[in-house]
Amino acid sequence: MKVAYWPGCVSRGFTPELHGAMEAVAPLLDLELIGIDRASCCGAGVIAEHNQELADTLNARTFALAAETPGELMMNICSTCQGAQSECQERLDASAEYRAEINTTLEAEGLAYEKGLVTNKNFLWLLVEEIGLENLKKKVKRPLTGLKVGPFYGCYIVRPTDRLGIDDENPRDQYMQMVIEALGGEVIDYAGIYKCCGFPIITMNKKASLQMAGTHLADATDADADCLVVPCPLCHLNLDLQQPMAAAEIGRDLSMPVLHLPQLVGLALGLDNKALGLQRHVIKPTSVIDWSTAVIGSTVEAGW
Amino acid sequence: MPEYTLRLRRYDPETGEAPHYEDFKVELEGHRSVLEAILQVRNEQDGSIGVRCSCRAAICGSCGVRTNGKAGLACHTHLDAAAKNSKHGENVIVVEPMGNMPIIKDLIVDMEEVHWKKIRRVTPWLVAKEPVPEREYIVPHAAMVDVTQTMACIQCGACVSDCMTMEMDPLFVGPAALAKAYRFVGDPRDAEQGQRLKDLSEDPHGIYDCTHCFQCIEACPKGVAPMSQIMRLRRRAGSDFHIDDRNNGHRHEMAFIKNIRKNGLLHEADLLPDSYGGKFHPRAVPELLSSLPVVLRALKTGKVTVKKALLHEHKASPEIKRIFDTVENREVRLEYNLYISGNEDDLADDPADTTGGTATATLAPPVVEAPAVEAPAEPAAVETPVEPAPVAEPAAEIDTEAPAEGEPTEGDTQ
Ligand code: SF4
Ligand code: SF4
Ligand code: SF4
Ligand code: SF4
Ligand code: FES
Repeated sequence: MKVAYWPGCVSRGFTPELHGAMEAVAPLLDLELIGIDRASCCGAGVIAEHNQELADTLNARTFALAAETPGELMMNICSTCQGAQSECQERLDASAEYRAEINTTLEAEGLAYEKGLVTNKNFLWLLVEEIGLENLKKKVKRPLTGLKVGPFYGCYIVRPTDRLGIDDENPRDQYMQMVIEALGGEVIDYAGIYKCCGFPIITMNKKASLQMAGTHLADATDADADCLVVPCPLCHLNLDLQQPMAAAEIGRDLSMPVLHLPQLVGLALGLDNKALGLQRHVIKPTSVIDWSTAVIGSTVEAGW
Repeated sequence: MPEYTLRLRRYDPETGEAPHYEDFKVELEGHRSVLEAILQVRNEQDGSIGVRCSCRAAICGSCGVRTNGKAGLACHTHLDAAAKNSKHGENVIVVEPMGNMPIIKDLIVDMEEVHWKKIRRVTPWLVAKEPVPEREYIVPHAAMVDVTQTMACIQCGACVSDCMTMEMDPLFVGPAALAKAYRFVGDPRDAEQGQRLKDLSEDPHGIYDCTHCFQCIEACPKGVAPMSQIMRLRRRAGSDFHIDDRNNGHRHEMAFIKNIRKNGLLHEADLLPDSYGGKFHPRAVPELLSSLPVVLRALKTGKVTVKKALLHEHKASPEIKRIFDTVENREVRLEYNLYISGNEDDLADDPADTTGGTATATLAPPVVEAPAVEAPAEPAAVETPVEPAPVAEPAAEIDTEAPAEGEPTEGDTQ
């Protein structure tokens, strides 16, 4: 399946291993990623906070560019992109008059957004809804048997539920659990699954921000998780990159590896740690590596 | 009739007994409310259960509880809906007191410190603009429609209960009080808009302390969307009143905007110093030093290369710059508020339905955020509030059937 691929900025900036892992995993899932080249940042909610019309216009442009690719739908790998873009799309789809206003700005570039022009799905949604769990199971080469994985959704992909299309038919707030199980892993239930990592206030209230990250990491540790998995690179920044500071803030030793979703999928599909960029994390995913080497008889070279 | 297991969290500080859960069986139709089930249990099985309620119709705001972990009104939560997303077994409904507040008894919490005090803190009344007119103030209709969403608040505290910043920072002014603040900041009759905004921007627990987690939007039974009101406060404070707060909130926002305008994509290495006022701003120094370990960590793990940290790989296309310039140079900011204007499809599909969803849908043009006091001349059409303007007018007229205080009515709770 061809998808118009929106990696976002952070996956190419501070968490390049995410973009790399996605590119490595895609062919194994028969996904062809077609980059949306000229698109701009979705605004991560900050542009909308500054000027709603600006965020709506930039994202309408991204949708229009996505529609020009041969992709069947648009795929992102960042919860925050999903949330911010869904919010803009909700407004754009609500009123023809408003759309016309936005399109006046886009016209000069020969672009236009029409209602429902593209379906934009996070990789997580695409895994379950397009690829399908049964299909995914068949592709597993190295089941995550015995690996205890705590899902961490972050905010933008689960709230508000109606905007993100979470309902009985599409229990998108259960997909991570379903994927972990499909990959053969064990789901760890802990208090932080749907909480906020604190990233948005890291420059404004660092203490509270780090407390949030630290608390969720500690809860996962207490629940005996081997690692966490996130569908959002921004969550990854606060949970992994900032983990030493978060640990200091809550006064506890922490060493909880945090994996990006494509990395977890890649592991189960048989990719090696290096190809997935696991060495690029601040918290070395030792538990995950130990697990993987134990499973395949220590042929994987850790590499650090 | 279906049988439900009501699992109530019991706690009475006076007994010295630890909090615990107690199961009660109730037989009630699925469309009955969680509150009805609690009251039935209290009447028939255990008269000592503590719960607060009054109207039983989602109007008074006294019955806030957590049902299966989510805050809301007990009288506005149907048993079947609650049972459906239960993780605790078939037809098991767990009811707990709201979070972030001390418990008085069982489901009754003390809302004084985290709610009422904060509401009083934002000066929740109109500071009349002088001179007070002999008769009524004449104000742009659109400006009043703009604040109707915050007027719908019934002070139930559900948003405060689930607020994630509040969990870590109990001093945070919080979603309900900040939504209330917008009620007056958005009111053109108020004389102290600038002062209010200055106060709430400078407070380290004010508008820039919200972590954007959407919990308050999710919890609110009245569609107030406190987080959206906080974002409106930030827009007003930063763009209309140019308040440069000491919490770096506005700087961070502007650094982000500048960054995207310049690079098209976010360039984090630039963002950090810019958020603190640029590499050479005195405020940047301590913050940059304390973030240095983070950047070094990133460099060390190979997350970021020196080249990436120092050089720009992306340049925004002229198109992106053009969009920024076009939109940012408008005299008034365009804002489409779904609460007020609704989705035109819902209107087309079922014109009679005004109860479900967020609001009375009116086929209205996008809402123009009412400009601030100092803002340049308003479009003339905005000044004629009473005549219902033709819908096609691009001005800020809204159908006069705007939701009034307390609406939309929750007809489906009984
Ligand atoms: S949310 Fe983040 S990664 Fe996604 S486009 Fe926006 S800034 Fe970039
Ligand atoms: S958890 Fe943090 S980074 Fe992730 S979506 Fe929420 S605010 Fe964003
Ligand atoms: S969005 Fe802000 S105010 Fe609302 S619950 Fe989250 S932190 Fe609190
Ligand atoms: S904003 Fe909503 S949730 Fe918060 S107190 Fe008001 S009605 Fe309750
Ligand atoms: S009892 Fe009045 S709102 Fe529930």
